[in-house]
Amino acid sequence: MTLHPMIAALRRHKAGVVLIALQIALTLAIVCNAVFIIGQRVERVNRPTGLDESNLFLVSQQWVGAPSGDDPASVEKLDSLQQADLAALRSLPDVASVTPINSLPLLNSSWNGAVDLKPGTTGQGSFNGTRTTYYFSDEQALSTLGLHLVAGRNFTVADVQHRGFRDQGEPSLVILTKALGDKLFPKGDALGKVIFLNGATTPTTIIGMVERMQVPGTGSWTNSFVWNATLVPTRLDANFARYAIRAKPGRLDAAMHAVTPTLYAANPLRVLDDDSVKSFAQIRAEAYRADVGMAILMGVVCLILLAVTAAGIVGLTSFWVGQRHRQIGVRRALGARKIDILHYFQIENLVIASVGAVIGLMLAIGLNVLLMQSFEMERLPVAYVLAGIVMVLALGQGAVFVPARRASNVPPVVATRAA
Amino acid sequence: MFNYYLELALRSLKRSPGLTALMVLAIGFGVAASMTTWSVFRAVSGDPIPWKSSKLFVPQIDMWGPKGRGPNKTDNEPPDALDYTDAMALMRAHRGKLQSAMYQISPSVVPADAGKHPINVSGHAVYSEFFPMLDVPFLYGNGWSADDDTQRAAVAVISGKLNDKLFGGANSVGRTVSIEGKDYRVVGVLGNWNPQPRFYDVVNTGGFSTGVEDVFIPFERAIAMGIPNDGNTNCSETPAESGFVGLQRSSCIWIAYMVQLDDAAAVSAYRSWLDGYAKEQQTAGRFSWAPNNRLRDVPAFLDHEQVVPSDTKVSLLVALGLLIVCLVNTAGLLLAKFLRRSSEIGVRRALGAPRMAIYAQFLTEAGMIGLAGGVLGLLLTGVGVASVSWVLPKDIAALARLDFSLLALTLLVAVVATTLAGLYPTFRASRVQPAWQLKSN
Repeated sequence: MTLHPMIAALRRHKAGVVLIALQIALTLAIVCNAVFIIGQRVERVNRPTGLDESNLFLVSQQWVGAPSGDDPASVEKLDSLQQADLAALRSLPDVASVTPINSLPLLNSSWNGAVDLKPGTTGQGSFNGTRTTYYFSDEQALSTLGLHLVAGRNFTVADVQHRGFRDQGEPSLVILTKALGDKLFPKGDALGKVIFLNGATTPTTIIGMVERMQVPGTGSWTNSFVWNATLVPTRLDANFARYAIRAKPGRLDAAMHAVTPTLYAANPLRVLDDDSVKSFAQIRAEAYRADVGMAILMGVVCLILLAVTAAGIVGLTSFWVGQRHRQIGVRRALGARKIDILHYFQIENLVIASVGAVIGLMLAIGLNVLLMQSFEMERLPVAYVLAGIVMVLALGQGAVFVPARRASNVPPVVATRAA
Repeated sequence: MFNYYLELALRSLKRSPGLTALMVLAIGFGVAASMTTWSVFRAVSGDPIPWKSSKLFVPQIDMWGPKGRGPNKTDNEPPDALDYTDAMALMRAHRGKLQSAMYQISPSVVPADAGKHPINVSGHAVYSEFFPMLDVPFLYGNGWSADDDTQRAAVAVISGKLNDKLFGGANSVGRTVSIEGKDYRVVGVLGNWNPQPRFYDVVNTGGFSTGVEDVFIPFERAIAMGIPNDGNTNCSETPAESGFVGLQRSSCIWIAYMVQLDDAAAVSAYRSWLDGYAKEQQTAGRFSWAPNNRLRDVPAFLDHEQVVPSDTKVSLLVALGLLIVCLVNTAGLLLAKFLRRSSEIGVRRALGAPRMAIYAQFLTEAGMIGLAGGVLGLLLTGVGVASVSWVLPKDIAALARLDFSLLALTLLVAVVATTLAGLYPTFRASRVQPAWQLKSN
């Protein structure tokens, strides 16, 4: 079959063809970008934090009337409060291990700084070097969080220091994530090397490396250092404290319920509210709520778009079939088979959809450029556009099938009837 | 005549219920998606204090210099909050009509009831002028006085919600509340006040917040009692000294500031005072760079801080795209529908109907589809706005509301857009040649 008569026929109803092609083009442009947004969000949400997230929960609490932590005596007092809490929590039957920690991945509360290979020039540090997030914790951090040590050793009890929350001073040893270690020492020989934190003049030794640990921030501002975490063997003493707790397998609920009464029993003068005890699953859900929401919204929009476009094709093709009822009868009477009529409408749709797809391809790229300029979007990969083109062509074929089959069922006898 | 067109339209729509339903569904979904995302966008981009926002300004001073901006920042924007030194200098100079430095606090409050556990509240340490400057509504009592500021008086303004919790909603002015273990006298209880975005302290709240501001205490009292800041602290270098006092002596920024300037003269006077202050600091050797200040009013500052999430804008854009596709779809279907009735048009034209009559008839039909789509759109917008609460972040979803103006807009957009989509098909219908139609049949 040659395309010539078909194109001649399409010329007879230009406006309808233009509208359908335009609709397909716009659908392709929007769906490509929306699906790309969905893909990016899903990828973000699914990236592992490096923690063993099951059976893990976090307690955030605050003491009432506690000392300021601004002088050595009050730091000692705060530390003893924290030690008492740790002892009480570690003695719980459903608890496997407990570690004090200033934040957790996805918690969006972070302590950031920079590490450098050179010492700072002044006593007062500045933030040159590689950006990192600090986790202040103790020797039980690795076991509690389920981090994998890939080189070196864990902290020992003797390594663990404590200091006031707002006191200065850098630790003498740290554990880095492998990502940060490799960034500082591209040869992969970071273990045992000396680094300088926050422009300090005193050196810090890398004693170990963990496979992976995400930073607490989930905003796009953390994208440049999302795997650069530094574990510091220091308990921070303030009028508040956070404890990460690993429950024994299957005992998460029981352990979470036991925490509040235990802490009140140890010291009733503290604030523990509904938000104080959170499972890691909750932390994860809250951190990615916006991303999941955006993905759902884009998904709904895509579904509506595809349904509307498919319905539009069905409607317009049905109209054309009705309009050409008699011509179809004539073709059938002149010897065209049913399958020829079916193919005619299918190919007609393919031609229109292809034109729409070509325009849509350009619109998709244009929309992507617009989104990149105004909002932090990345470049749309070609694969998405190609998949989008295949999808709209398939959508067109699927939508055209029912009216095309109805056309192929027009009996040849129609030709003999008066219009 | 209009009734006649209505009847004709109804008859025509009934003749092809499938096609009609298709158009109504497309319009309904398109309008609902746009209106749902619009309701969110409208909520987050709204002016939180429209009657006064152009008189409220946020001063910014460059206390870090070019070095503090880091390698990634190419613009010469000064930091968006103040350090303690500069905030206090601005308060002492007192150059605005009303002004207040403020910082976010999160103290504990111990209920008088012995059986109850302490609770954690959030709030701000502010100056007395904060309340009149922001037109904060009071249920009972008032803010504190300027004397209370300087005397570091143990006074507090609490929210209606905290008043309900602690005093059962009674007038608690003059009673005592225990904040961070110290007694404060309640001088005022707030009415319902929860501005979104939190324009007076965008830097620490990120713009939107699900929480309520429960307690306000005098700034200098909070500093004297060592109540630490609960918001963000940004430093270009580590503080030389430890503790909260060390933070106050550092160039770290953690204080928000707002000033009321009533006219252009006051604004330019304040601006030149800021430049003079920065120059003074330069002469004194504290800044080794030229004055680099900003003085933005609330809308400009909100825009600068990008409080409207980009997700909200992208969603609105995509939903508008969906609406356009739905309209193109409707235009195509209307075209098919109208041209199918060429012979009917031919008869009407031959019997003397002018082109305008054809226009009126078919635009009425398009408008009816728009109206039906709008009614469906209303229902779907209701569903959409109700369901954003489990899709979007809580702080933003809580702001999306269904109100009369949104409903009216939904109907209006549906009818106007569908009528526009019907223009070209109607134009084509009006061009039908009566003679040709009559002959061919």
